[in-house]
Amino acid sequence: MALVLEGITKRFPGVLANDDVSLSVAPGEVVALLGENGAGKSTLMNILYGLYTADEGTITIDGKETVFDSSADAIAAGIGMVHQHFMLVPVFTVTENVVLGQEPTGFGGMIDRDAARETVMGISERYNLRVDPDALIENISVGVQQRVEIIKVLNREAQFVIFDEPTAVLTPQEVEEFFGILEGLKKDGKGIVFITHKLGEALEVADRIVVMRGGKVVGEALPSQTTMQDLADLMVGRMVDLTVPKQPASRGERVLEVRDLVVLDFRNVKAVDGVSFDVHAGEIVGIAGVQGNGQTELIEGITGLRPAMSGSVQLGKTDITDAHPRDLHKLSVSHIPEDRQGSGLVLDFSVAENMILDSYYDRPFSRGIVMDWASTRDMVSELVKQYDVRTPGIDVPVSTLSGGNQQKVIVAREFAREVELVIAAQPTRGIDVGSIEYIHSQIVAKRDAGAAVLVVSSELDEVRALADRILVMYHGRIVAEFAPDADVTDIGLAMLGSAT
Amino acid sequence: MTETRVPEEHESQPPQPGTLMTRATGVGTSVGRSLLLPTLAMVTALVIGAIIIAFSDIDILRLLFDDPGAAIGQMASEVSRAYRALFRGSVGSVNSLSETLFAAAPLLLAGLSVALGFRAGLFNIGAQGQMLMGGLAATYVGIYVSLPGIIHIPLTLLAGFAGGMIWGGLAGLLKARTGAHEVITTIMGNFIAVFFIQWILTTPGLQDPGRNNPVSAALSGTARLPRIFGSGYRVTIGLLIGVALVFVVHWVLYRSSIGFEFRAVGSNPEAGRYAGMNVALVVTLAMALAGGLAGLAGANQVMGLEPYKASPALAGAVGFDAITVALLGRSNPVGVLWAALLFGALAAGGRAMQGAAQVPIDLVVVLQALIVIFVAAPGIVRAIYRVKAPDEKPTQLTTGWGS
Repeated sequence: MALVLEGITKRFPGVLANDDVSLSVAPGEVVALLGENGAGKSTLMNILYGLYTADEGTITIDGKETVFDSSADAIAAGIGMVHQHFMLVPVFTVTENVVLGQEPTGFGGMIDRDAARETVMGISERYNLRVDPDALIENISVGVQQRVEIIKVLNREAQFVIFDEPTAVLTPQEVEEFFGILEGLKKDGKGIVFITHKLGEALEVADRIVVMRGGKVVGEALPSQTTMQDLADLMVGRMVDLTVPKQPASRGERVLEVRDLVVLDFRNVKAVDGVSFDVHAGEIVGIAGVQGNGQTELIEGITGLRPAMSGSVQLGKTDITDAHPRDLHKLSVSHIPEDRQGSGLVLDFSVAENMILDSYYDRPFSRGIVMDWASTRDMVSELVKQYDVRTPGIDVPVSTLSGGNQQKVIVAREFAREVELVIAAQPTRGIDVGSIEYIHSQIVAKRDAGAAVLVVSSELDEVRALADRILVMYHGRIVAEFAPDADVTDIGLAMLGSAT
Repeated sequence: MTETRVPEEHESQPPQPGTLMTRATGVGTSVGRSLLLPTLAMVTALVIGAIIIAFSDIDILRLLFDDPGAAIGQMASEVSRAYRALFRGSVGSVNSLSETLFAAAPLLLAGLSVALGFRAGLFNIGAQGQMLMGGLAATYVGIYVSLPGIIHIPLTLLAGFAGGMIWGGLAGLLKARTGAHEVITTIMGNFIAVFFIQWILTTPGLQDPGRNNPVSAALSGTARLPRIFGSGYRVTIGLLIGVALVFVVHWVLYRSSIGFEFRAVGSNPEAGRYAGMNVALVVTLAMALAGGLAGLAGANQVMGLEPYKASPALAGAVGFDAITVALLGRSNPVGVLWAALLFGALAAGGRAMQGAAQVPIDLVVVLQALIVIFVAAPGIVRAIYRVKAPDEKPTQLTTGWGS
């Protein structure tokens, strides 16, 4: 009993998304499918899940060739998929979401809630997937929502489970728990495909690692016989540097001064609780911390997107407490927002339109209220080249670009001018190694050009690689400061609030 | 340096798998590509309309059992009689053309109002109320101001625009300030407008002397819209104003920074906010401009339509048909022009059909509804004609080609 994909080829207009790809998964095996954004991983899995039809190639389950016309066929054949963006109904309970579509019914077609609850509890205990069956989805954390998705898949008796970037949305602790869950599934004989672009995770949990690049399988390795560097080389097809090359910082004047800042979150709870720090010209200050410790609110407080309850924010000699984002733009502040698609881009807009999203109001992009598209196009074409945005053109909707290239559009927009202060929140979340490397080098270049840089990231490696000083945020406060070469364990402890 | 490139190329992008509203309103789709579907939708609607005509005569249905051949022949002649009348009444003569254009003018103005709203992410259900308020304001200026026509006409139109603008802007302001959804506030605005006009038209000074129902006095001659083809044909320069505004609205949306803000906020208000746009102002302004366009449609109804008097019925159902026109025109100014002309033709032709073929004008409403259903649910038309969805991928779950 094994799942075998053979010679899968899938063409989209102008793109060969999968080129003669073969992959197999045995029961009780975890296969990591590793590759950059745009390598064709998701296309392959969408073919396996019946969402796309392959142009060539076969899918064999248990020696029997199968054709999937829809995901219903794939589910019936025992294939389950946990999507990156969960498909749950927020106002339904965990149980309701799990049984949705195949509700156990009792007398007169009424939903048998007790039976449904039993089912959920059963799966939950068997695989150690802790959930409250009666909790509403909207009230539970992302990590728990993922467990619900897994239970949903298991409830449909999946033998093979595909996880699409399962760790992208999880906190470090949740990632650990998730790996535990994977172990359980494995022991139970499920075959698992784990799509990721995080090398460390692939090495940690996989029995076998398959690397894709440009629609092809370019290599296969056993975790015990390969290194991170080897895998990274395979993924991007050239030698990559996992550290960021940079000179020591030459610290200048104080640019950003945050004093006793207090910001409330959407529940009116103090998310930022009296934070003070400075960022000087020519240095990168990194804020490390487990997600949800007030970093988002801190950035929104500094950038005028969320009102400050008290405290002050100063840019040079200008008070920018509660300044409008437009004013900050005029004061040469760049902001790379944390939520790329939610607040950084208008997905329906073209690359060109997104590239001028915050600077459209002035020359050279417009005069008065008249947009100057000719000069905009020239500028944007230049920027696309300069910032290595891989796009078929500047008029295609930005939604058709890969995550890494979408992020490069934002970086180009924010960096293509003289800036005094750069605020970058999660600047490389969920993007491929090549783009990460590129964006990091751009951030360092801005620092070297004399900008003050504030980087917030939940990836400690990223903060350590970029920052000249590391501040650790915990429960809305800055609890510790470290040099970038400080001991990881110490920083980790501070992130968990146990530092003194 | 051809400055004309960007919008066209932008619009020729394949439709994005967007939200339901995005897809239904056609925001983000092109004129060229969206011409095929509406045409097929119209053909399909006419076929179904033919079936309805054929089967709605009880005598023919009885005959169907006795002499199927004769019955089918009669059905065919019935259908052809009706559709020929529809055709003649809409484009068959100069007068029918004039009637078509005459009916299209207010639909065009109000349709632009709804389309502009859609582009800014706003569902303006309130064109009806904005028309009434615009019509009322125009009536005031049309009756009480005396000026030569060359100034009086623009001033009266401006009053109509302002009346609708205030009414629409109010809904925008409520949304911007309190988050009240514009669908609710504009619907309520419609009710308020209709009762307000019913009351105010019975007050002395506005009410037509000697009447006891809510009808205004007639606008002075200098405030009436001139007819384009002479007094024999009813179409006025209101149509030309509408056509000019097609270009203006297109320019605003795609060539001005205000339109850039409308479209950005309409598509992703959060990104607009992060990019430093004043979302509250953008929403208010978009609703105000949309209201102004509908107000012009209202002004057109009192300034261009005999007996040049305001009444609570001055908007007819134009404000609601405008939503359909905007949907059919895929929220594109040029598309709205075609849709308004089509609906104008159906309205003019429908009257002729009723007169000549005794087919009730309600059939026109059925045809309109069918066209819109087929446009809003393109899957049906695609299935019938086996048109492949252009460049649309199946249910997309990820962004980009790969992971």
